[in-house]
Amino acid sequence: MSISVPEKVWWKPIDKEEKIWLAIALIWMVISFVWMPIYHYIGKQNPSSESYKAPREQFEQLVNGFIQKYQVKDANGTPVAMNDIPVVHPPAGGDAYLVGAGWKWKPVLELEKGKTYRIHLSSFDFQHGLSIYPLNINYMAIPGQDYVITVTPTTSGEFPILCNEFCGIGHHTMVGKLIVK
Amino acid sequence: MADQDFRTCSITGLKVHLPAANLIMANAVAAVVLLLIGGLAAAGVALTRLPSVHLLPADLFYRLLTLHGLAMLIAWIIFFEMAGLYLGASVLLNARIAAPKMAWLQFILMVVGVLLIALMVLTGQADVMFTSYPPLKANPIYYLGVILFAVGALIGCFVFFGTLAKARKEGTYPHGSFPLVTFGLACAAMIAIATLLHGAAVYIPTLLWSLGLMGMDESAYRLVWWGLGHSSQQINVAAMISVWYLVGTLSVGMKPISQKLCRTAFVLYVLFINVASEHHILVDPVFSNAHKIWNTGYIMHLAVLASMIHALAVPAGIEVALRKKGYTSGLFEWLKKAPWSNPAFSAIVLSIFGFGFFGGITGVTFGSEQVNITAHNTWRITGHFHSTVVFGTTLAFMGVTYYVLPLIFRREVLGMGWAKLQPWFFGIGMMIQVTGMMLAGAYGIPRRHWDIVNFGGSPFSFAWDPTAYMWLGVFGIGALLAVLGGAIYILVTVGTILFGKKLA
Ligand code: HEM
Ligand SMILES: [Cu+2]
Ligand SMILES: [Cu+2]
Repeated sequence: MSISVPEKVWWKPIDKEEKIWLAIALIWMVISFVWMPIYHYIGKQNPSSESYKAPREQFEQLVNGFIQKYQVKDANGTPVAMNDIPVVHPPAGGDAYLVGAGWKWKPVLELEKGKTYRIHLSSFDFQHGLSIYPLNINYMAIPGQDYVITVTPTTSGEFPILCNEFCGIGHHTMVGKLIVK
Repeated sequence: MADQDFRTCSITGLKVHLPAANLIMANAVAAVVLLLIGGLAAAGVALTRLPSVHLLPADLFYRLLTLHGLAMLIAWIIFFEMAGLYLGASVLLNARIAAPKMAWLQFILMVVGVLLIALMVLTGQADVMFTSYPPLKANPIYYLGVILFAVGALIGCFVFFGTLAKARKEGTYPHGSFPLVTFGLACAAMIAIATLLHGAAVYIPTLLWSLGLMGMDESAYRLVWWGLGHSSQQINVAAMISVWYLVGTLSVGMKPISQKLCRTAFVLYVLFINVASEHHILVDPVFSNAHKIWNTGYIMHLAVLASMIHALAVPAGIEVALRKKGYTSGLFEWLKKAPWSNPAFSAIVLSIFGFGFFGGITGVTFGSEQVNITAHNTWRITGHFHSTVVFGTTLAFMGVTYYVLPLIFRREVLGMGWAKLQPWFFGIGMMIQVTGMMLAGAYGIPRRHWDIVNFGGSPFSFAWDPTAYMWLGVFGIGALLAVLGGAIYILVTVGTILFGKKLA
């Protein structure tokens, strides 16, 4: 019985059925155990491992400089914005910045299909969850951290990005956009 | 030794130490009250997440969601576990509880802690979710409440071990080895002590930070907080499995197929479950992939192995016991003739099924790097942990209540007809709910989100794949059934405690 004291010597050999089950379970565990690191090398969808400390003041300068330099201009030379968020076309193959702040994702990044970018993700206030729809790829944006995500967009289109980490009362309004041309 | 402190249970023949019984009752009642509060919050939250209803305003939604997580995951479960620890140490060993005054201190500290937490949350001074990720900041009293609650729980664990030592010294049971259920609970209590130390490591600095006395590193907080948040779930696993063995014994006379195997499995939990906590921060900056893979990929599998062992041992034990009763024809007569009308039995069978198939499998897969990146902070996660901690743990605790009522409260269960249906409502409801949640989450439906339709009027708002709405509807049906099952449970327990026929 499970609620009464066992026999004095309960460390006894186990039966055949249990041995078989144990063996199956062990083998299964060993397979998952090696598969995880193997898939890290052969799979193409790993979380990024690259990040740096990024004090807000320094990072803000970088982001502002980036937006100024690469904001898209229309035919008249006026900078383009979408719902007041600047639209920025980073250099193909270069660095791009994406920041969560004040319940907005800034800027609207315009990427080129097939080019590889290093997106620097961070936050200026609370922790935010970057979630790219409909790919359903999710990353954390943490204040004080520069999280570098290397991506090569393979489909063109407009991708809504939302916040899926609670960041205060305006959390549900935090939607932005990612454009691939 | 004053024997009037004891009574002999007419059903199990165990000697029940009356002060221990009082403590078990106090903690169990607190647990049920908090389940009621958490359940009311659940109904509000669920009806808000259904786009067709969208019941609450945003601020109230986030407040009740914070309350739901805390009242359920922290308060209901841990109060119930305290009752379980005292039962496993004192009643199962015919022993008197060590230091009953300290045990009452446990109870009082936890009640005060919960009251402070509830006060802060309900007055809008702690709209931070139960994870309270900085720099979201709550009133310092909120963190103080959590600390008091945790200190209470820690004292409860020490009383438990003290009682074991006392029982052994006084020779209240035949020889050195504890019954399996007590052994499993001892493993749960060991994990609890380790976990609560993690808790101190994160909540004391956070309290100081909220008072402006020190700085805060958001990433370090996440790492250490999940050292608490993840490992504490293993207390629940070990306690739940102990309850499976307990109810299996009381309902069908199940015996563990091999004491050696079952006990080794419990020890594997103690040794290895603390790792794997980093599957919560797989898509975080700061920590390297090597670090994350080591933590979430390697040793974790030894803890999964433990679950695999119980996954054989518990059903096999039940089968053997039923076959011994003569239900031997064919492969499945034992299953057909099992005591399905015993709510405790049906609850643990559903709990085993839900925890193993829904919770375990999704847990192991969502914890891998590549799947996690598509699941993190979506409703897939919420669906996963409602499978483990609700479908599994909560349902098992509900089941064992149907024995605690007659054996400890000494009341005949009132409304047995409803009680028989209760696990089915709750279990099947939860099954539908988690299926809806996980599949909606697979389309990207975020967790902790007030408005997935209009995004609070954001100009960037967009429409989801229509299939996602269908799964939200499925979630709604399940949530409704589960809330109904929860309500029946509360009515039956409260009714029994207040009005049930007293047993001699
Ligand atoms: C009838 C029963 C229940 C229903 C209908 C229900 C429903 C829900 C819903 C709709 C959410 C919100 C998800 C979101 O917005 O992201 C939620 C969150 C949660 N639930 Fe439940 N729940 C139930 C029972 C429980 C129980 C018994 C527990 C714990 C033992 C529990 C633990 C949690 C936790 C920890 C969260 C996460 C809160 C957060 O994200 O901060 N739930 N539940
Ligand atoms: Cu956010
Ligand atoms: Cu947010």
